[in-house]
Amino acid sequence: MAEASETGTSKGRQNIFKTLEFDTRLLGMIGAFILVCIVFNVLTDGRFLTPRNIFNLTIQTVSVAIMATGMVFVIVTRHIDLSVGALLATCSAVMAMTQTQILPALGLDYGSTLIAPMAILVGILTGGLIGAFHGWLVGYLTIPAFIVTLGGFLVWRNVAWYLTNGQTIGPLDPNFQMLGGIGGTMGETASWIFGLLAVAAACYAIWQARRARIAHEFSVKPLWAEGLLMAIAGVLILGFVATLNAYEVPDRVLAREFEARGEVMPDGFTQGYGLPFSVLLLIAVAVVMTLVARRTRLGRYIFATGGNPDAAELSGINTRFLTVKVFAIMGVLCALAALVASARLSFHSNDIGTLDELRVIAAAVIGGTALAGGIGTIYGAILGALIMQSLQSGMAMVGVDAPFQNIVVGSVLVLAVLIDILYRKRTGDA
Amino acid sequence: MVDRTGTPLVEMRDVSVSFGGVKAVDHVSVDLYPGEVVGLLGHNGAGKSTLIKCLSGAYSMDAGEILIDGKTVDIQNPRDARKHNIETIYQTLALADNLDAASNLFLGRELVTGAGFVDDARMEAETRKIMGRLNPNFKKFADPVKALSGGQRQSVAIARAVYFNARILIMDEPTAALGPQETKMVAELIQQLKDQGIGIFLIEHDVHSVMDLCDRASVMKNGALVGTVNVGDVTDEDILSMIILGKKPETAAA
Repeated sequence: MAEASETGTSKGRQNIFKTLEFDTRLLGMIGAFILVCIVFNVLTDGRFLTPRNIFNLTIQTVSVAIMATGMVFVIVTRHIDLSVGALLATCSAVMAMTQTQILPALGLDYGSTLIAPMAILVGILTGGLIGAFHGWLVGYLTIPAFIVTLGGFLVWRNVAWYLTNGQTIGPLDPNFQMLGGIGGTMGETASWIFGLLAVAAACYAIWQARRARIAHEFSVKPLWAEGLLMAIAGVLILGFVATLNAYEVPDRVLAREFEARGEVMPDGFTQGYGLPFSVLLLIAVAVVMTLVARRTRLGRYIFATGGNPDAAELSGINTRFLTVKVFAIMGVLCALAALVASARLSFHSNDIGTLDELRVIAAAVIGGTALAGGIGTIYGAILGALIMQSLQSGMAMVGVDAPFQNIVVGSVLVLAVLIDILYRKRTGDA
Repeated sequence: MVDRTGTPLVEMRDVSVSFGGVKAVDHVSVDLYPGEVVGLLGHNGAGKSTLIKCLSGAYSMDAGEILIDGKTVDIQNPRDARKHNIETIYQTLALADNLDAASNLFLGRELVTGAGFVDDARMEAETRKIMGRLNPNFKKFADPVKALSGGQRQSVAIARAVYFNARILIMDEPTAALGPQETKMVAELIQQLKDQGIGIFLIEHDVHSVMDLCDRASVMKNGALVGTVNVGDVTDEDILSMIILGKKPETAAA
């Protein structure tokens, strides 16, 4: 941040955000998100910020958010991937065909516990290989990523069509469907335990970072600032868990469950959904991708290549192979997104993932990823996906006509980039 | 005076590079001894950068061979060059603008923790140590290097070469973008590196810098070597006429 260099001259007026070393861009995005939420909450007479809607919003965001984290790497290395929606469709088709036709033909009956893991494995392999192939075309054969993935957009959409004859494939394996959202949640107790573990992990990470800086005699934030950061992390995580736990499973669903077990539901029995497994998957993806971006050589090379490809090459980084890796990661994430998207529908449909490429790119860009390369964050992309989804479902709830919904989303994308450009100009953060 | 009786640190023999039909480097031989600074001079397009990029691994040569400590080596890419302790400071300052000084210094050779993660704190500490030696005024460790001045960026680039124990250093117009004070700093740095026994190839446009900094000068014109002279034996007029006319002075021999 350019403004950081000025702190020396205006020490007295250092504000609280600077002391906390918050990213101003992140604050802006959170501000925009809160604004969107409040506006829709008012417009819908308080229906927007209910546990039920927040739960739905969360599971609707997962698929795009997972892919957006990979798109950050692609865009940071100055490439683009227009094929993610189509690749999602191919991965989804492959997984659907594997579990409904190929594995049963090999003797694994419907309901076998092996079906879901094997189908997921095949899907991830498919996504990874196709992504690596894209990366090879871009990195080694030097075909522009725009062209490779524009071609891929047509190819993979129609490979999916060909594989399934354009038919809807389902129902998918019950275990597979657990990753779709409402079909598989952790329940209240497990969610609280997970929340507490997450808070502990966040506090440990903050503490560890401080200790590393002290060990090397660098300046550190005041203790109260670290404490405040920990408190904010704790409130956010536990608040999120509490909200998802507050969304209660409808009575008739519970009654049916008890019936199925041959029991009678006690009076006044309630149960919250808690964290969906799909959200857990997104959290895992986000943590791993953030670690890759910040704490591994691979991540360092991705950002270095985006900042100055020649410098990266001259520093001994194999930028061609790096491109293959970046696109392979994107492919694997498309497969995971396909898993969540098809599991949520409980079947594979021919139009699954249509227009997702645009949503994913928009999420990454709204999240502060610079198309010029070298700049971008994983949390930003996820927040971008959340903002896009909030806009979309908020407008649907308010009753905005479908064409206007897309007009608004498109305009917001352009506006977000304009604001970003103005922001960078002001801070000199070109 | 540099001792040139032993085996040269680097010998580039009969190197040729063509781009399409154009011979950018035409059967050129140069050598470099430990603790010596050899200037490479010539007009734009004379082939000096192309020649030296064969040594740094940015280009591969069509013919000829490179010997280090008298042994033939195969340099296909920058990674190979680094293996032979060849470090290059490029005119365009090959730095990633979006990363901080420590990340740039260790780019491609990050320090990692036991778990295989990059150790940012240790890299920053090492960077502070070496910058304290080279450029004590350097304070911007947390900023991306695009926030730095030309001299500060140059010192990051030089620190990178020094930190990794370069034996052979290639500098492509290291002072071109710098003010007088910063130029002086770089000149002192070159002297310091020489004293440590590092051999330096210095690509330069400015004849006066060459007279000040170099022990020998190799002049190229149109891809061919005009000649190599002892800087102490010639005047800047002689070197200029080599660059412009492509004529080697009668008196000088090296």
